[in-house]
Amino acid sequence: MSRRSLAESPPAVALRRIGAVALFLVRILGQCLPALRQPQLLVRQLYNAGARSLVIIMLSGLFVGMVLGLQGFDLLQRFGSEDALGVAAALSLLKELGPVVTSLLFAGRAGTALTSEIGLMRATDQLTAMQMMAVDPMRRVVAPRFLGGVIAMPLLAAIFSGLGLFGAHLVGVQLMGVDAGSFWSQTQGAVKLEDVSEGITKSLVFGVAVSLIAVYEGYHATPTAEGVGLATTRTVVASSVLTLLLDYVLTAMFL
Amino acid sequence: MSAASDTVVDVRDVHYGVAGRSIFSGLDLTVRRGRITAIMGPSGTGKTTLLRLITGQIQAGRGEVRVWGENFSTLGLREIYRLRRRMGMLFQNGALLTDLSVFENVAFPVRAHSDLPESLLRRLVLMKLQAVGLRGAASLMPTELSGGMARRVALARAIVMDPELLIYDEPFVGLDPISLGVILRLIRQMNETLGITSIVVSHDVKELSAIAHDSYLLSQGGVVASGSPMELVQSGSEIVRQFMSGAADGPVPFHYPAADYREQLLAEGGR
Repeated sequence: MSRRSLAESPPAVALRRIGAVALFLVRILGQCLPALRQPQLLVRQLYNAGARSLVIIMLSGLFVGMVLGLQGFDLLQRFGSEDALGVAAALSLLKELGPVVTSLLFAGRAGTALTSEIGLMRATDQLTAMQMMAVDPMRRVVAPRFLGGVIAMPLLAAIFSGLGLFGAHLVGVQLMGVDAGSFWSQTQGAVKLEDVSEGITKSLVFGVAVSLIAVYEGYHATPTAEGVGLATTRTVVASSVLTLLLDYVLTAMFL
Repeated sequence: MSAASDTVVDVRDVHYGVAGRSIFSGLDLTVRRGRITAIMGPSGTGKTTLLRLITGQIQAGRGEVRVWGENFSTLGLREIYRLRRRMGMLFQNGALLTDLSVFENVAFPVRAHSDLPESLLRRLVLMKLQAVGLRGAASLMPTELSGGMARRVALARAIVMDPELLIYDEPFVGLDPISLGVILRLIRQMNETLGITSIVVSHDVKELSAIAHDSYLLSQGGVVASGSPMELVQSGSEIVRQFMSGAADGPVPFHYPAADYREQLLAEGGR
């Protein structure tokens, strides 16, 4: 294989891309502290990425919890352990479903918005105009959006898990007749601080991954309608795959 | 004033190419202080690329671009930003920040580079908007503006930091005659009243000839003619005459290089 074709081979291209994303992360981290000095920008991005994702996260959390309640009750009653429904739902939500499903939804809702917004700013010369006004777009545009996503993700995952547990309670206790006392006391007894911190760590890592991919793709989008569309698609695909891959790695680390 | 201190932009023997295609091969050009310099040329001759070189957005492969005597290729990002604070640029599409109102767009560079009290900032922004005739549009969003209005707001934003050098990228494209006249008058006003050095990139010969002091015609990777607009109109060069008179064919061919027309039409299949 010639040197040129080796450089263009898929693994080499993938490696270059990972390297480029890592360097981009370093550039963002260098701008995070200055970006924090403009709290109004961060608050706005928290609102865009977090508050605007609330409805979809809350609804999804509720329904996922209700399904967990139904399926969990069906499975546990075969062994006569339906009282453990609360524990099963709480641990599934806190450790897995909360962070993972929130991350997937976050990529679809906030990630795509970030990519297309930054991509369109590139296509309409807004980023170049900022550079011409001696304002670094990494500081003014990218860093606040990245930070907003990273902060919003764990909060959204917590809300997802909370609503999910409420959904499981609704189905298990109100509908199927599981004892409310056992539901909550067993949950309280079995869920450890480590379980909660595992969920928080995962959602934080997913927040970094999804936000990084979203801003990277937007910033490097080809400045055309097709280019921005492709970048948005890449954000969803890459974020979803990376979320599931990282989930496996993190779960293996926590066990 | 000596010629050196009179020079704002000095482009010397610049070579630049993209993806194996040469855009400039030995470009030389000078922009002098307090004058309006027109950069003209057919589409695809690298006019916008030249602006990107002058503003340090890209670096020349060979040769040097000096602005106020400083060579861009030797400067770091911080120094480039320091130089850009002395420039203003008007983009072809205005490039207004779509999430900010007209007022905030004009205030943007001031907020970014100074701690001016809000009352002073408000007065400054309103003065600049008044200069472009859009004080009444301060609260509108960019999506509510027409193309001509957006460009005037962008002009107000470009002059809000009182730049020494103003760069206009295709300022007349897509404007109705009234808006075009307004922009033309504003460019001249900025130059006459504030003494701002201006570079106007365009292929609107008639409009540019009315305001420019110096002009350069770019083609085939370099400057093919320079001088006052009148000198260009009276030039004996065929390529200059073709461009100035707007003839469809000439040294700059109408047709993109292609296979023989007859052969291609008669060939079966393929393109």
